[in-house]
Amino acid sequence: MDDIKKKPKYLSTGSEWTFELIEKYDKEIARIAHEKFKLDTYPNQIEVISAEQMIDAYSSVGMPVGYHHWSFGKHFVNTEKQYKRGRMGLAFEIVINSNPCIAYLMEENTMTMQAVVIAHACYGHNSFFKNNYLFKTWTSPDSIIDYLLFAKNYIAKCEERYGSEVELLLDSCHALMDFGVDRYKRPERISLIEEQKRQKEREEYMQLQVNDLWRTIPISEEKESKQKKHFNFPEEPEENLLYFFEKNAPLLKPWQREIIRIVRKIAQYFYPQKQTKVMNEGWATFWHYTIINELYSEDLITNGSYLEFIKTHTDVIYQPGFDSKFYSGVNPYALGFNIYSDIKRICDEPTDEDKKYFPDIAGSDYLETLNFAMQNFKDESFIRQFLSPKLIRDFKLFSILDDENNNELIVSAIHDEEGYIDIRETLAEQYNLSNIEPNIQVYSVNLEGDRSITLRHIMHDNRPLSEDTQEVLKHIHRIWGFDVILESFDPKDNTVKKSYRCPEKNQ
Amino acid sequence: MSRIIDRRLNGKNKSAVNRQRFIKRFKDQIKTAVGKAIGKRNITDICNSEKIIIPKKDITEPRFSHGKGGSYTSIHAGNKEFTKNDHIKRPESQGGQGQGGDASNSDETGEDNFAFEISKDEFLDLFFEDLCLPNLIQKELKELETVRYARAGYTTEGVPTNINILRSMKTAKSRKLAITGSYREKIKELEKEIKKLEEENFEDSNIKEIVELKEEIVKIKTKMEKIPFIDKIDIRYNNKTAVKEPSSKAVMFCIMDVSGSMDEAKKDIAKRFFILLYLFLNRNYKKIELVFIRHHTSAKEVSEEEFFYSRETGGTVVSSALELMADIIDKRYPPSQWNIYGAQASDGDNWNNDSPKCNEILLNKIMPKVQYFSYVEIMPRHHQSLWEAYVGVKNVVSNFSMQNIKSPQQIYPVFRELFESK
Repeated sequence: MDDIKKKPKYLSTGSEWTFELIEKYDKEIARIAHEKFKLDTYPNQIEVISAEQMIDAYSSVGMPVGYHHWSFGKHFVNTEKQYKRGRMGLAFEIVINSNPCIAYLMEENTMTMQAVVIAHACYGHNSFFKNNYLFKTWTSPDSIIDYLLFAKNYIAKCEERYGSEVELLLDSCHALMDFGVDRYKRPERISLIEEQKRQKEREEYMQLQVNDLWRTIPISEEKESKQKKHFNFPEEPEENLLYFFEKNAPLLKPWQREIIRIVRKIAQYFYPQKQTKVMNEGWATFWHYTIINELYSEDLITNGSYLEFIKTHTDVIYQPGFDSKFYSGVNPYALGFNIYSDIKRICDEPTDEDKKYFPDIAGSDYLETLNFAMQNFKDESFIRQFLSPKLIRDFKLFSILDDENNNELIVSAIHDEEGYIDIRETLAEQYNLSNIEPNIQVYSVNLEGDRSITLRHIMHDNRPLSEDTQEVLKHIHRIWGFDVILESFDPKDNTVKKSYRCPEKNQ
Repeated sequence: MSRIIDRRLNGKNKSAVNRQRFIKRFKDQIKTAVGKAIGKRNITDICNSEKIIIPKKDITEPRFSHGKGGSYTSIHAGNKEFTKNDHIKRPESQGGQGQGGDASNSDETGEDNFAFEISKDEFLDLFFEDLCLPNLIQKELKELETVRYARAGYTTEGVPTNINILRSMKTAKSRKLAITGSYREKIKELEKEIKKLEEENFEDSNIKEIVELKEEIVKIKTKMEKIPFIDKIDIRYNNKTAVKEPSSKAVMFCIMDVSGSMDEAKKDIAKRFFILLYLFLNRNYKKIELVFIRHHTSAKEVSEEEFFYSRETGGTVVSSALELMADIIDKRYPPSQWNIYGAQASDGDNWNNDSPKCNEILLNKIMPKVQYFSYVEIMPRHHQSLWEAYVGVKNVVSNFSMQNIKSPQQIYPVFRELFESK
């Protein structure tokens, strides 16, 4: 009689969800996440929404409250069309880096899927947001919703007052959104009330500053000689273009500066997400996998529901080969999930190879190591640190050299002993945002002459700028108000390879 | 502890504003697309929602990014046979492989276009806007009453075609059941008795009794069989009562001059005018039929396709078209059942001695039968001969109107004048 199994205590057996069930599942998942795996999370706010609302959330880049702009409408129209045609399923979750952490569940999903999303978003992403150093440094989840609300109202007010000018300015700001972030400087935290107070002061003060910079009253000779010293303005090149314009563009009115600030603040807020795509998605995927497996082994979910989960999970981490028609680069979910799983493996059952490549972590406590890996890296350094030879072999990674001077592509490394380091290095670089986005900085401003501004594109790997460049310059011109010059500068031989100008000079 | 919130009911259509803005922003492009769509469409499906395609380059949001060229390495997954220093032919679709994948995305409408759907309302807005439409003023249409027979239960009287078989059989069956009830009871009793007797000894008296009882049963059974399978009182008829309701059928006659003097631009104006009328009627009637009559010296009923796109030359005899319209009304559209609308577009050219005839046909044969007849003269210069003849009609009857259109922008104002409630 010993072999009579304990009667399973399934949380549910059908595929329908109810609010009570979601609560029950969430309770179990929270218990496993917090007690068993020691995940540290913000409190959760789980919101059930319809597919249509999901499309809404999609098109506003996941901002729960967003200001109005046609480009969001464009995304909406496009997503809606694709969804209606059945071209794409909606992503199964959207989660917002705020405190409490807001996660959306779609009403169409089955109970199993809701459980996966809860594990993935509410405990996976959530703990990542709370503990990764980039998020800790750059984002203030306590005040983001308030700030977005402030931004929305401010922009709406501007629109009432200044009409379509606002939209045009937003267009220009969006064009430079990727260049509205501080990559290295650290921000300071302030609360919303202070933000508002400061905003008023800022308006007045900044206008003064700008006026000073553009002062045309003759200065005494003594002062002039002093000024000659910083011949170049800005003294140091500035990589945060929006910041530079906010502070220094000569013709902007205070409200325009504030709007630029709003756009760049939002860009800055989302910047860590761009830097940690592999890590963040991988982390969430790793935990939903681990947690659902735990639920299964505790007999809390049925075989059927476990199968459904496995099917979804396999789809998420599917890595098609380069010659497949589904291929679109390395799948960040697959890569991230596998790296974390691999770290656990290296900790638990290290091979000789692992001991050679990862002497520090082989055989260590896996939870501790995982947390360390999650907290202290971004994609680039994470891959450089933790991509193991075994994974390179599993993914069959190879690197391709694409040189415009060659007619053919060259395979520069494959998944073998001599290629491991090379591939790891190249893949890491591939996630280095400063390589993906061209490096463009404010180089100089002609203070005394025609007030033109010169931007410098420091070329990397000899890559030129795309055809959009001239269009973007028009946007910069709208903000700056005077001539804009952009030079593609090759640091290898210190020459300017190509120069753009707006307005274009008449030949 | 997590908070769980049901958000399904609020915040719907959060993006509606953004969507509106998108449409507003690209109004010019979308309007061009709508204009094109009108050209391609049949009048009858003009007001379905429209797929709009606008050039992608107009709506891209430019960003700084890397272009083709340069020399860089990228990592890809799924190596099969490559070894180090292999040379591979550069894929043609794209200069650099970049993040890969893009090569496989070439699909459907093409990369250069951005296609999406706008709703019927949005379509109408844009469509009318082109015609300087502020708001469509509803004219009270003269409603035609028609009688429709609606089902109203069952009756015991009627004509054979209306017999409801199922219902009749049900009544027949229940009547039979009711009448035979006492007989069946009797049979049961008798059978019981027979059984009882049979269980006792087989004495002569018993046997005799059994035979008697059995005969009794047979008698009753024959009686039962004589009850008719179906009787006159069983028959039920579908009952119908007359319901008066406004007629929902309308027919719209489009009459257009296709003589040599009507060029493409004039035809386009005419088409827009017809579309407008169609949309207008569409709001009021469930079913609208269209009759296209084109004419030069003689008139002919044609398909829509032919109506707008075929070219003819020659002189103009308008009366031929009116004659044909009167004929068609007589043959196919009795005015008691149909709301009849006439719309005529022409450049006003007509043989001088034909115009009085038109006047006569209109007044005698057409106007008494139609709800409304509108005439637009598409002529940038002075009025033509037909105009004078029609003025004569206008002075006599109230449901006739006429206007002159010089350019497409005028269509809507003219249309509104034509259909203003008086």
